[in-house]
Amino acid sequence: MPKLTIDGRPLEVPPGTNLIEAARRLGIEIPHYCYHPALSIAGQCRLCVVDIEKVPRPQVACNTVVAEGMVVHTETERVLETRKSIMEFHLINHPLDCPVCDQAGECWLQIYYMKHGLYDPRMVDEKVHKPKAVPLGPHVILDAERCILCSRCVRFCDEVTGTSELGIFHRGDRSEIGLFPGQELANKYSGNVVDICPVGALTDRDFRFQVRVWYLDTQKSICPGCARGCNIEVHVSRRRVHHAEGRRVVRLKPRFNEAVNKWWICDAGRYGSAFVDGDTRLQAPARRDGEKTLEVAWTEMIPLAAGRLRGYRADEIGILASPKLSNEDLFLLRRLCDALGVGAVDYRVPPARPGDEDDFLIRADKNANTRGAELVGLGGADSRAILAAARERRVKCLWIFCHDLLASAWPEGEVLDGLLGAETVIFQGTNANPTSAYAHLVLPAAAYPEREGTWTNFEGRVQRFRQALPPLGRALPDWEILGRLLQEVQGAPRPARAEDCFRDLAATVPAFAGMSYRSIGDAGQLVQTARP
Amino acid sequence: MSQSAAEPIEPILTRNFGRPDSHTLTAYRETGGYTGWAKALALEPAAITDAVKRSNLRGLGGAGFPTGTKWSFVPKGHAGPIYLVINADEGEPGTVKDRYLLERDPHALIEGMLIAARAIGSRLAFVYVRGEYVAPWRRFSAAVREAYDAGYLGRGLDVVVHRGAGAYICGEETGLISSLEGRKGWPKLKPPFPAIKGAFGAPTIVNNVETICQVPHIVNRGPEWFAALGTQTQGGTRLYSVSGRVRRSGVYEASVGVTLRQLIYEHAGGVTGNGRLKAVVPGGASAAILRADEIDVTMDVDGLRNAGTMAGSAGVIVMDETVSIPDALRVVARFYAHESCGQCTPCRETTGWIYRMTERIVEGRGRKEDLDTILDVARRGTGTTICAFYDGAVGPYISYIEKFRAEFEALIPHA
Ligand SMILES: Cc1cc2nc3c(=O)[nH]c(=O)nc-3n(C[C@H](O)[C@H](O)[C@H](O)COP(=O)(O)O)c2cc1C
Ligand code: SF4
Ligand code: SF4
Repeated sequence: MPKLTIDGRPLEVPPGTNLIEAARRLGIEIPHYCYHPALSIAGQCRLCVVDIEKVPRPQVACNTVVAEGMVVHTETERVLETRKSIMEFHLINHPLDCPVCDQAGECWLQIYYMKHGLYDPRMVDEKVHKPKAVPLGPHVILDAERCILCSRCVRFCDEVTGTSELGIFHRGDRSEIGLFPGQELANKYSGNVVDICPVGALTDRDFRFQVRVWYLDTQKSICPGCARGCNIEVHVSRRRVHHAEGRRVVRLKPRFNEAVNKWWICDAGRYGSAFVDGDTRLQAPARRDGEKTLEVAWTEMIPLAAGRLRGYRADEIGILASPKLSNEDLFLLRRLCDALGVGAVDYRVPPARPGDEDDFLIRADKNANTRGAELVGLGGADSRAILAAARERRVKCLWIFCHDLLASAWPEGEVLDGLLGAETVIFQGTNANPTSAYAHLVLPAAAYPEREGTWTNFEGRVQRFRQALPPLGRALPDWEILGRLLQEVQGAPRPARAEDCFRDLAATVPAFAGMSYRSIGDAGQLVQTARP
Repeated sequence: MSQSAAEPIEPILTRNFGRPDSHTLTAYRETGGYTGWAKALALEPAAITDAVKRSNLRGLGGAGFPTGTKWSFVPKGHAGPIYLVINADEGEPGTVKDRYLLERDPHALIEGMLIAARAIGSRLAFVYVRGEYVAPWRRFSAAVREAYDAGYLGRGLDVVVHRGAGAYICGEETGLISSLEGRKGWPKLKPPFPAIKGAFGAPTIVNNVETICQVPHIVNRGPEWFAALGTQTQGGTRLYSVSGRVRRSGVYEASVGVTLRQLIYEHAGGVTGNGRLKAVVPGGASAAILRADEIDVTMDVDGLRNAGTMAGSAGVIVMDETVSIPDALRVVARFYAHESCGQCTPCRETTGWIYRMTERIVEGRGRKEDLDTILDVARRGTGTTICAFYDGAVGPYISYIEKFRAEFEALIPHA
């Protein structure tokens, strides 16, 4: 491995490492725009120049790989002057419309200008004008004047998705990002160009003029959209509640995880958070009384639901758990089933249409925790048989988590007969759906950004999602609802936190042995069976 | 060693230019055509490269790089394809020499390509012809067909003639390669250099038309003969495209050691306009301008480098005292603003800005800080870009203003 020195500090890195990455290891940031570790080297922005001893001119760090004995300086007078010049050049034709730009506050032109700016503009001539507010596809909008022509978006579509919708057209300072004729930026990963665009040229259509980024709080999370479990950040607006039309979760951003999703997430996941603040959210425990639905307090609901469960024989209860529940939820449900002696439990409900899948991130299984449900050991039974038993009045109490059975692959008549056949239908979930309309008892659950938990992705990676918001209304995390029921049924003390549930899970289920929230960390941890 | 160009020199590149049928295979053969190729067939490839090195031939496309040395960069024993690419894009303003060669002596280029390809181990050569060069392209394509029919081509070397679409940047060798590959003609980052990883990822040697036309003569008459035609550090003759305010504009062959004065006053017959020389651009638009008192320089690569300018493509543009230098800069600046490929920030953003400033100055709306702003911006941008286009643009920006500052200031109110 070559040994070199950067700013007087020695280091050793694998051969082929470029100077931006090498410096990063020392915590030295070499400013850059066009370089992105996931994309080919373009060398266009010219901002990442460094001085190398014995080399007459400053070199671009992105296209210089480390060599034995190299002595690099990232802050010489000449380098600092060059950065200043390049920053001035980047702004010659830039519209400087930060006050109306969604990127303001997280724009790399602003960030680098603060440090490397000329602070003495010399440009008094007319700027080159280009198209503004051009929708490129369903999610992304372009302001060509703000574009610094770093070509990251073009390289993303060429190299990552292979869809090549974008190109740079014209020449010189008339150069412009645009769509090839007849194209639309509608690939399944189009939103990522917004993240990699260092400026406000590409922005999210659904985030346009919604809220200033400095009013956002962020929290680490996991995308619930499929079995991949891409690592994300949830961005929530709580400090200006009147912004973004009152939505709390205003956007999701990918969070780097080398083993799972690298820098990316798919559009379905990215733009799929509306349910959290949606109109269908279940916000209060409720009981249906004939035609009427009555909201009740949890203190009333828990004994009521526990009473129903205890009121039936164990073989009269059927449970359709959900592979969207967390490991913690599923573990508590297992304990509750054990306490009640219920055996008719399953979590598998086939979707009406198979989910789409590709060879990149998107998995056909649209549930975040199918693997977790398998491992926790729920579901010896067959879900369709449970429904059939309800139809045949053998199962009298049907407890459904999350699922909309009416949107499943099962015939509608069969589902309706089952729902109408059961004496008591309990629905537990975050949002109302056509199935929940048949419930006698509704237990409102907190959505994933409103709680803690872990999911196990298809590869067996257990990943933590964290709480960014309080639950809406009186919703409670599933584990908490289940813990209260368990307490009611069994008299056992209930867990205070999701982490307590996980600790019990790790102590009980061998696949999770030795794991803790700490060991899972931000990067996730493979279950025992999946470890090499 | 250098021969005075005042003495009439034996025409070499231009020896057939007088014959109306000079472009035909028959005419070419009658004047010794393809005998260099016959000799080269008896030489080991390395011996050809060595002869070219000893001839002191330097690239005539613009950069003046020693040709034999460039050829020797091709990795030895390379397994895959190796390409020879002929740069016939001729976009440098003031330069028309390659056009003459393509139209009047196309077989010289083909013979040179055969020899060069043998030297570097290439079996496929591309000729990238400037889009606007329709007649030269027809002539050259016809010669390629003749050479196939006569069995020179097709037996070890194939030639693909590719037409450009009219962008100056596609003359820059890696821009040319991008364009040849079917991409936008954007110059590529170096390293890797084309000789290691060029067209379609294969080792590629890019040479100018005129450079390759010299090769048969070197092989035929020996590298020492060729070297003796020029200066210590550069051999041979070259074609000078002389234009502007001269009595006889045209393409002249002379030693690389000819002086600028000789070219203007002897070959081109002296200055027109008001008859008094003001300035000359010696090597195409990208070369720094020289004042009338700076023309006693030899035109070889090192001679002009020492004079603070460059030999470039040997496009000599002559301006008499009636020519406005600020207006000339405005025209040149418009060219660079129009032709920048737009990849690198300094080039993309400042060529346009500098053009707008020069335009303002010429129109009488200059500000007194403009000249220093242009100079400062150009200096700061120098050497920071992917290709030499920007440094080529900086040549005129800085030299026109530094050498004729008073003329600019006279146009600026309150300067
Ligand atoms: C902006 C730019 C334009 C160029 N245009 C041409 C051209 O039209 N023809 C040419 O032969 N070389 C041109 N060159 C030089 C080529 O990059 C390259 O050096 C040359 O083709 C090499 O051939 P040579 O060594 O035989 O001169 C240009 C260079 C630059 C930077
Ligand atoms: S739109 Fe953004 S990512 Fe694309 S080239 Fe412009 S600045 Fe770069
Ligand atoms: S210097 Fe100018 S012409 Fe050359 S690659 Fe950069 S932008 Fe393109």
